[in-house]
Amino acid sequence: MSKELDADQVAGNGLLDRRVFLRQGGGIIGAVGAAVGLAGYSRPVEAETLVVPEWTKKPGALFEPYTQPSKYETKVARGPIPPSPYNGIGPGSVRAPLQHLEGMITPNGVHYERSHNGVPDIDPAGHRLLIHGLVKKPLVFTLDALSRYPMTSRISFVECAGNSGGMYAEKPAEGTAQSLHGLVSCAEWTGVPLAMLLEEAGVDPSAKWLVAEGADAAAMSRSVPIEKVMDDALVALYQNGERIRPANGYPMRLLLPGWQGNMNVKWLRRIKLLREPAQTKDETSKYSLLLKEGKVAQFHFPLDAKSVITKPSPGVNMTSPGLYEISGIAWSGNGKITKVEVSADGGKSWAEAALSGPVLSKAITRFRLPWRWSGGPAVLQSRAIDETGYVQPTREKLIGLRGSRSQYHCNLITSWGVAANGEVKHVYA
Amino acid sequence: MFTRSLAFTAALLVSVAANAAETPNLGTPITEAEAKAWDLSILPNGEGLPPGRGSVQQGELIYEQKCQGCHAEKGAGTPADKLVGGQGTLNGDVPPVKTVGSYWPYATTLFDYIRRAMPLAEPQSLTADEVYALSAYILNLNGIVGARATMDAKSLPKVKMPNRDKFFVVYPGRFP
Ligand code: HEC
Repeated sequence: MSKELDADQVAGNGLLDRRVFLRQGGGIIGAVGAAVGLAGYSRPVEAETLVVPEWTKKPGALFEPYTQPSKYETKVARGPIPPSPYNGIGPGSVRAPLQHLEGMITPNGVHYERSHNGVPDIDPAGHRLLIHGLVKKPLVFTLDALSRYPMTSRISFVECAGNSGGMYAEKPAEGTAQSLHGLVSCAEWTGVPLAMLLEEAGVDPSAKWLVAEGADAAAMSRSVPIEKVMDDALVALYQNGERIRPANGYPMRLLLPGWQGNMNVKWLRRIKLLREPAQTKDETSKYSLLLKEGKVAQFHFPLDAKSVITKPSPGVNMTSPGLYEISGIAWSGNGKITKVEVSADGGKSWAEAALSGPVLSKAITRFRLPWRWSGGPAVLQSRAIDETGYVQPTREKLIGLRGSRSQYHCNLITSWGVAANGEVKHVYA
Repeated sequence: MFTRSLAFTAALLVSVAANAAETPNLGTPITEAEAKAWDLSILPNGEGLPPGRGSVQQGELIYEQKCQGCHAEKGAGTPADKLVGGQGTLNGDVPPVKTVGSYWPYATTLFDYIRRAMPLAEPQSLTADEVYALSAYILNLNGIVGARATMDAKSLPKVKMPNRDKFFVVYPGRFP
């Protein structure tokens, strides 16, 4: 390694300054940049003979009304598909292939799904949204009516409160970024602010909560404080520009940016304004946190800051020593991500990653950091910090606070162990 | 003078109206009585509970026909959730067994949930009497009500669940 390269190391085990890649070709520090840029990449030993490929020598396919991903990209798929012990019906979830995605947006076809009794086949013409309870004037809306309302768009993550629950386990679960953390996705949601519909119905001052209910066979229902609804709740009709996919609530879902995925009620058909929460099954029996000494923390709504490295990660292994870009995702239900730090030595030393692309409140933020892998063992970690100053906790800290039986809201720091052969595995550090 | 000041007042009124938020108002009004056809929500104080009643004994029969296939004999569980037992497992470090009996804070949640979602293949097929009876039976299996208990809109909200006092509300606070 040259002196220039050493100067770029900002944390143990080869983590480099986040600006290293940006410098390439830049005049002032061009010399250092060029040295870093080139010395790191392993080049093919033998040059290839270039041939003109078959697909260039014949005309391609004609137009399709709705395109699909390349047939070579089948690994970019939701999974694992859970077995059904109930003859093909019942609750479950499938996860987004985080380790095969880039940027901040989850494509609609691979957005994660959690459902409690399947995806209903809803004819939009027959779907209704009822608003009633503590209002002056109960109202029913059709999809056509809502489509005429002024719309708001926002990019927001949705995360199941049970995501990463396996990280509480005593021994590190074997798995990928997808199987361990894939119950999170991020999309641009467009719809009607729920506050506008509530104002039309005339909310009674005694209403402090509402219960939202889906039109699915679970009639999934959750209580939501009215302050949140007035702040940023949407009746979302569109997901990344097209109508919401059936698995994500077609033709409309509640969007509560940053709060437990389960509360973002899909197939939304009813909103009832109440003085107090309804205490539904999914806010008592489920999605509550069992703590030490048997206490139960209920109505802990926002998902706290969290991050995970997606490249490298289990299944996205290292090939040969040299220069890499570490890439990952960070998000917080309490606002913007302000900083992500990365460690390659199991948390002994940390380097600040670059936040890449838009940094939006309650959205997935992509982070990146150059890493010169020596070919030796390494333990990669990332920790997210949000605009409230909250720092993503270590495993030890989170379990110290809550015990290991709370199942939900697990946002502890993930460790990926890199072996000398380049294989990446989930480890505890 | 009179006509001018009238015109001025009219102009003022128009501008006030223009400044108030305008929304499309495309919802169809409906009465609360009509909304009942869709209203499944039951509150802990019993609000929303329909007329009807059911006993532990009646519940046992319905359970054997419509629930046992998934929740096993006497709610012992698997493949679907255990509905019975687990008391004493929520403390310390033993793996917790969370059931209606050991964990649930409100008895009204049983009525609300069974009516809307169970049995899994035929949700919203049970009568109010059947749901009261099933609630009574599951509470009895957990030793919370006696074998001769009957549940209705009056008695169900009065049932005190053993784990009620362990629940505390985080919102609007922040949790470590
Ligand atoms: C075909 C299988 C099946 C049948 C039959 C069935 N259930 Fe269930 N039950 C389930 C599943 C699956 C869940 C979990 C649903 C979820 O994850 O949201 C469940 C959940 C429940 C729960 C909530 C448990 C908890 O602790 O959260 C109760 C209570 C319940 N069922 C009662 C009943 C009753 C009463 C009947 C009979 C009328 C019944 N079930 C019939 C499959 C079944």
